[in-house]
Amino acid sequence: MVDKIIIENLSLQYSDGTESLRGISLNVREKAVTVLFGPAGGGKSTLLRCLNRLNDLTEVRTSSGRILIDGENVLDPKVDVIALRRKVGMVFARPVVLPMSIRENLTYGLELAGEKRRAKLDEAVERSLKLAAIWDEVKDRLDDPAIALSGGQQQRICLARVLALQPEIILLDEPTSGLDPISTGKVEAALTELKKEYTIILVPHSVQQAARTADYAAFFLQGELIEYDEGKTLFTTPKDKRTEDYVTGRFG
Amino acid sequence: MEKSLNWREFIITRLIKASGYSAIIFVALIFVFLLREGLPTLGEVELKSLLSIRWYPIEDYFGILPLITGSLIVTLGAALIAVPFGIGTAVYISEIAPRWMREILKPLVELLGGLPSVVLGFLGILVLSPYIRILLDLPTGLTALTGSLLLGGIAVPTVVSVAEDALDAVPRAYREGAWALGATRWQTIWRVTLPAARSGVLTAVMLGVGRAIGETMTVMMVTGNAPVLALKLGSLFSPVRTMTATIAAEMGEVANGSTHYHVLFFIGMVLFLISLGVNIAASSVVFRAKKRAERILS
Repeated sequence: MVDKIIIENLSLQYSDGTESLRGISLNVREKAVTVLFGPAGGGKSTLLRCLNRLNDLTEVRTSSGRILIDGENVLDPKVDVIALRRKVGMVFARPVVLPMSIRENLTYGLELAGEKRRAKLDEAVERSLKLAAIWDEVKDRLDDPAIALSGGQQQRICLARVLALQPEIILLDEPTSGLDPISTGKVEAALTELKKEYTIILVPHSVQQAARTADYAAFFLQGELIEYDEGKTLFTTPKDKRTEDYVTGRFG
Repeated sequence: MEKSLNWREFIITRLIKASGYSAIIFVALIFVFLLREGLPTLGEVELKSLLSIRWYPIEDYFGILPLITGSLIVTLGAALIAVPFGIGTAVYISEIAPRWMREILKPLVELLGGLPSVVLGFLGILVLSPYIRILLDLPTGLTALTGSLLLGGIAVPTVVSVAEDALDAVPRAYREGAWALGATRWQTIWRVTLPAARSGVLTAVMLGVGRAIGETMTVMMVTGNAPVLALKLGSLFSPVRTMTATIAAEMGEVANGSTHYHVLFFIGMVLFLISLGVNIAASSVVFRAKKRAERILS
């Protein structure tokens, strides 16, 4: 397995002094699900947002360290952020379908990237909806407003929207926190399928989900990376006492 | 104890109710008064004369068409200025400006909205109109264009303020969703933020236009007050007279109960109906948007 992302000594502090990262070093393997978990305020979302530079738009006081994706430091100010965000797709906790039809939600990113050919767009819509396991539910109403779908469907639309851009890395920030168990199951099943092709980094909304989905797992506590290991190892025989306490439900 | 509390509750509820109703009653009374003073016009002046193009009340020419077109052309001009500028400013304040800039700009724009219109009219006469006369080589600088520019200025703060609130209310998640897909800032604004704030932005436009139609003092001071039918584009560069300015200028000197007096009230009625139309259009847009959202959420 190749390291797709190498995070070296990453530190970050927001300008209001809240949630920060302290000296995170982490290697993310290609074509696997890496889970970042831990109690709220641990810096998991912040780390995700560094990977596609979405933090550029928040007020950050200081940051240091490097993030290498395929050997290129993406924190370098010269990096083409737009291209980076196409390569590193992101799905948010609350599904945010854009105020357009289902089809437009999926083609929007592609159109921004300059794709105009109808056939290509249609093909991308079908392919990504199938990958996100929602094709059968929406194929007959692609031109309906996306906002009319249920929460679970919207979240899979968001996933499909990211997939349509054919990224290499997919970031998911508590993608199932607002979903019912059945929808959650569908999203998780889609992830298992997707990791054959993509590098996936998931912030799960529960320890149970972390344990279910993780190939690799990283435990974060108050901005620090406490432990990082294969999922099987970390959830059965954690080395750090704090990890063990959290995984077994003694705190958090 | 228990009893006096109930009693107080009762009185306060009634007071609030009464003040609520009084607002409605006042509007209704104003409307009744307008109708009572304005409607006799229809008996005293022939409709044909009313719809003629000559306003010269001293010799019993009561054609109100020049006044209506005057109001429309000035308002249209003002809207053409206020809408793009207002929305542009709102987008800048809400989406682009850094925080410190936003904190300066927003109160500043709202301050501008509180500027008395007579002050603006004064500036218009002394500064803007000579400039326009020289720049465009016109016989007078007191033109519909001058009025439009100033009215545009008056409407801009209204548009900015309301549109900015609407843009600000768009969830941050929408923008992040678009950014994460590789949209640039501009693409996000144009394709995501503005459409999401559509109904609020439309309300802003309607309120701005409403403000412009009803404005009196500024237009009276700078539009030249010549009741000429304004139908061509060229009319923009000649003096016009609006409905509001006519009422304000002539009401003080008119004989109570005369035909002229009734016609002025009739003009007031027309103005009232136009404002009402704009307001209904605005609220129906908002209402429709709300109903749509409710339908989707259910």
